[in-house]
Amino acid sequence: MAATNETPLVDVRHLKEYFPVSTGFFKSTPLKAVDDVSFQIRRGETLGLVGESGCGKTTVGRTILHLYKPTDGEVVYDGRPIKTKEDIKWFRTKSTMVFQDPYSSLNPRMTVSDIIGEPLDVHKMYSSREEREKKILELMDRVGLNSEHASRYAHEFSGGQRQRIGIARSLAVDPEFIVCDEPVSALDVSIQAQVINMFDELQDQMGLTYLFIAHDLLVVRHISDRIAVMYLGKMVELADAAEIYDHPLHPYTKSLISAVPIPDPKIARANKRIPLQGDIPSPLNAPSGCPFRTRCPYAEAKCAESMPNFDEVSSGHFVACHRTAEINS
Amino acid sequence: MALLEVRDLHTSFFTDAGEVKAVNGVSFNLDRGQTLGIVGESGSGKSVTVYSILQILAPAGKIVSGSVKLDGQELVNAGEKVMRDVRGNKISIIFQDPMTSLNPTYTIGDQIMEAILLHTDRTREQAYARAIEMLELVGVNDPEKRMKQYPHEHSGGMRQRVMIAMALACEPDILIADEPTTALDVTIQAQILELMQRLQKELGMAIIMITHDLGVVAQMCDEIVVMYAGSYCERGTAEEIFYNPKHEYTKGLLRSIPTMDTMGQKLQPITGTPIDLLNLPKGCPFAPRCDAAMKICIRQAPEQMVINEDHKASCWMNVKALMDAQAAVEDAGAAEGGEA
Repeated sequence: MAATNETPLVDVRHLKEYFPVSTGFFKSTPLKAVDDVSFQIRRGETLGLVGESGCGKTTVGRTILHLYKPTDGEVVYDGRPIKTKEDIKWFRTKSTMVFQDPYSSLNPRMTVSDIIGEPLDVHKMYSSREEREKKILELMDRVGLNSEHASRYAHEFSGGQRQRIGIARSLAVDPEFIVCDEPVSALDVSIQAQVINMFDELQDQMGLTYLFIAHDLLVVRHISDRIAVMYLGKMVELADAAEIYDHPLHPYTKSLISAVPIPDPKIARANKRIPLQGDIPSPLNAPSGCPFRTRCPYAEAKCAESMPNFDEVSSGHFVACHRTAEINS
Repeated sequence: MALLEVRDLHTSFFTDAGEVKAVNGVSFNLDRGQTLGIVGESGSGKSVTVYSILQILAPAGKIVSGSVKLDGQELVNAGEKVMRDVRGNKISIIFQDPMTSLNPTYTIGDQIMEAILLHTDRTREQAYARAIEMLELVGVNDPEKRMKQYPHEHSGGMRQRVMIAMALACEPDILIADEPTTALDVTIQAQILELMQRLQKELGMAIIMITHDLGVVAQMCDEIVVMYAGSYCERGTAEEIFYNPKHEYTKGLLRSIPTMDTMGQKLQPITGTPIDLLNLPKGCPFAPRCDAAMKICIRQAPEQMVINEDHKASCWMNVKALMDAQAAVEDAGAAEGGEA
């Protein structure tokens, strides 16, 4: 889906999110969960955000929605910077979130109709009880839930159906932009496809824009127009979905893609993986310079000195690596 | 004779709500040095199958019938003494979640040494040396230091290595890996899978790999058992299952996963929701979700059918295909006869 409008819908500029972690009696060290991340999401597209646990991808999603107050940097939505309380209130009628775990993200004491109706109550989006009821049933219909289920509780549903309830809730305010935080990773394989298809269909019907956060690279590749890769709070690569799989430039992206197990015995056994040594370092003492240098097979002295710039090396393909040209020649 | 022979295994959990038939007639063989994958979604009975082999079921769970033979020795009803010798010594298991399967109050070293001291005649010194050797084998740096550390001081990948070291310390014939990499990131998953393959080559053990990830199965397994709702759908070599699936559930599963080629296309999901094990249907358990279901599928559970030497499947569609083929041959014969 190509962008129809030149102004990006979501413009994230130098976003930083530091969490103070107490490291002594009166001392605290900032944990740099997101460290100077900039990117844009065009209207109607799906941007996939991938990375390993602890890389800050969930924090990016939550900070964009101002569920956390950004430490620094700004989010500009549809040309309007999100700064004041009024901005945030307005922004939250435009943007919502679908959470990873359909078991813990639904209140067990609320009925399905209360869960889906709560955003309507908060933003006072109806004039009568009948209208509220009607909207809730429309939303349930939209995500393929039976209207008879409106008075049931979340525990009466399977994982896939619960995720549908969560999606209906996120659609209640008629949003333009949805942050999907690992929405299918808790679901069974046979149910995943149903939910992925539903995200596709809703996007076609309602012109939605997604930030799709996931660690399953095959799912992300399937659903995304462009893909961004994060490592230890920084964005290391961003490109079109096909481009990033066919021509990954950053050594981390290369290794990540080669590590994906392909569901085809012949390809999987012939696949040459690029193994990484060791584990992801603690974000509390992140390496100086490029965060990936401690595991990078190509690291040099200069990688320890400075963080490489996030440069556009070819049209729409951004990468943050000092040695992009040398490695890929 | 196969190393492990499982025949028509039935395991149920007797709960207040009724009998939950978690495993309904699973059979397979496992040879030395081979890797068998058991694939299925949650509730398909894949974990209960291996827990039954080791008899480490929750108190409500019981093996109702069937046979499990290790090296010719029957394990069902063999008694706790025999099983104690089997567990950790002949058959070891690593669990899905390395975060919760180590005891947080003991050091790594104590936990690995416990397994060695329990199953062998080694002294403490010898056990210590063996534990260090095992940690080196699984690629843990600085094993002396690691031995004195507690589980919380290790990352997920490191803990899974420790689990593998512990499981292999007594040189088992069979290693059961119950979703060993599901909780890990892809790059760490790749490290652990590679480690398991390398150790299998060096030590020659057989592996039973339980997973829902078809990618992991494709990479690791020689033979695959596909399970749905406690019943087994089909079993065969990896090539047969992936390129020539003969059960509608396997076909649906393979269609529904995103691959490198499905970008921009619609996935073809399996419709409906997973089945309630308390109310298993009379016929094929997959029939309520199966697009190709026929009348007989609802009435009667399919018998296992031999597709070829490397492939067995339980699906009425195969019987139908066979009958159609026979009818076609007869028709052709009749037509020829008529002409003559």
